[in-house]
Amino acid sequence: MSVVRVPPVLRSESGGAREVEASGSTVRELLEDLSSRMPALGSKVYGEGEIQSFVNVYVDGEDVRTRNGLDTPVRDSSTVILLPAMAGGC
Amino acid sequence: MTTYRELLQRTKGEISEIDAGTAQATSGATWVDVREIDEWQEGHLPGAVHVPRGYLESRIEAAAADKTQPVILYCAAGNRSAFAAKTLQDLGYENVYSLAGGFTDWKRNGLEIVMPRTLSPERRTRYSRHLLIPEIGEEGQLKLLDAKILLIGAGGLGSPAALYLAAAGIGTLGIVDADIVDETNLQRQIAHSLDTLGTPKVDSAKRAIQALNPDVNVITYRERLTSENIDRILDDGWDIIVDGADNFPTRYLVNDASVWRGIPVVHGSIYRFEGQVTVFKPHEGPCYRCLFPEPPPPELAPSCAEGGVLGVLPGIVGTLQTNEAIKLAAEIGEPLVGRLLLLDALATEFNEVKIERRADCPVCGDHPTITEYIDYVEFCAR
Repeated sequence: MSVVRVPPVLRSESGGAREVEASGSTVRELLEDLSSRMPALGSKVYGEGEIQSFVNVYVDGEDVRTRNGLDTPVRDSSTVILLPAMAGGC
Repeated sequence: MTTYRELLQRTKGEISEIDAGTAQATSGATWVDVREIDEWQEGHLPGAVHVPRGYLESRIEAAAADKTQPVILYCAAGNRSAFAAKTLQDLGYENVYSLAGGFTDWKRNGLEIVMPRTLSPERRTRYSRHLLIPEIGEEGQLKLLDAKILLIGAGGLGSPAALYLAAAGIGTLGIVDADIVDETNLQRQIAHSLDTLGTPKVDSAKRAIQALNPDVNVITYRERLTSENIDRILDDGWDIIVDGADNFPTRYLVNDASVWRGIPVVHGSIYRFEGQVTVFKPHEGPCYRCLFPEPPPPELAPSCAEGGVLGVLPGIVGTLQTNEAIKLAAEIGEPLVGRLLLLDALATEFNEVKIERRADCPVCGDHPTITEYIDYVEFCAR
């Protein structure tokens, strides 16, 4: 199981949890597992076989778009960060 | 008893005096100004090093290590430098010369001089803690005093940035903000106060800056940044932008303009307990569009007014931005280029992720498709 960090704007979809667990050997498997465990959260970041365009996914500090996208390998010890942009300077 | 005159005569007989023309023709020479600091500050010869006569013996080896190479000494008129030349001969320097007529004749003959840039005694005191840091010192402080930094927003992030940049002695600060100070701002926007409630934030921030450091020239723009006014504002010549905007259209607008103009942007954003900080340095690292090609839908992008923010969070993120801006201005350290710093204040945890320039970025990529301002409000509402 890998740790998935949930950004504050998506915590209502994770029952308030800052971190959730999901399993998979690739980003695709991990996001599909996440979607089955937490459909509300999953649908915000992953839909129709693609990562939502406004969400960045980092595996161990690297943007999966700069690696192998959904095929980027994930290890049990990996930390996955889901990150949409924040506008606030308020 | 030997008089001063007799000693000077005798010393001049024991050393070599040369005129300006011969001195200029002496290749490979180290030029040493042995006058006092106040004389040096009023101008010196190009390329000279300053070693006051009182420190000559102890410091000359740092300035001229090779005792076989020529050393040309000068003072105001050629007398102190004659005594200095004798001292260097005694120290074993083999080719020592005293410039006849010194700085006074040099200047009178219309030869080139250099006016050193130095800090006034008042500034030396104010910035003394910076001057003590080797990475900053007088040279770095002069860079800060020369710097022009534009703050987008005088709110949560802009407030601490404005105050610390002012305290650091940034010479010119620009502030863009259309808002008025209200009570809900005072939980975090520390540039404002009860005294400035109901006044424009740019004026309130200017007041706070000037109360802290009158060295800072403050230029205020009491307007919302748009495609229509951004060029006029950026034409005022900013070296660095500190982005503390509170909405996506402004973020993308600032990004596009800064890429086109090559101005680094120190980015900070906050929500509740979390913050993001990075530096977008055009063409050296990614831009905002490389990081976030599209803004999230409005329901995933609540503002602090909708979702709240811990009051100290903009203080932490705004001062991190300020640290980056000062480093860029002083040209020191490793700026957060290509790195996004993530702060979780609830867990007190910092994380860093790598961000890369995208070759297909529509603004800073290899084949840009956006080359002029777009409708940013429409782009962010899609």
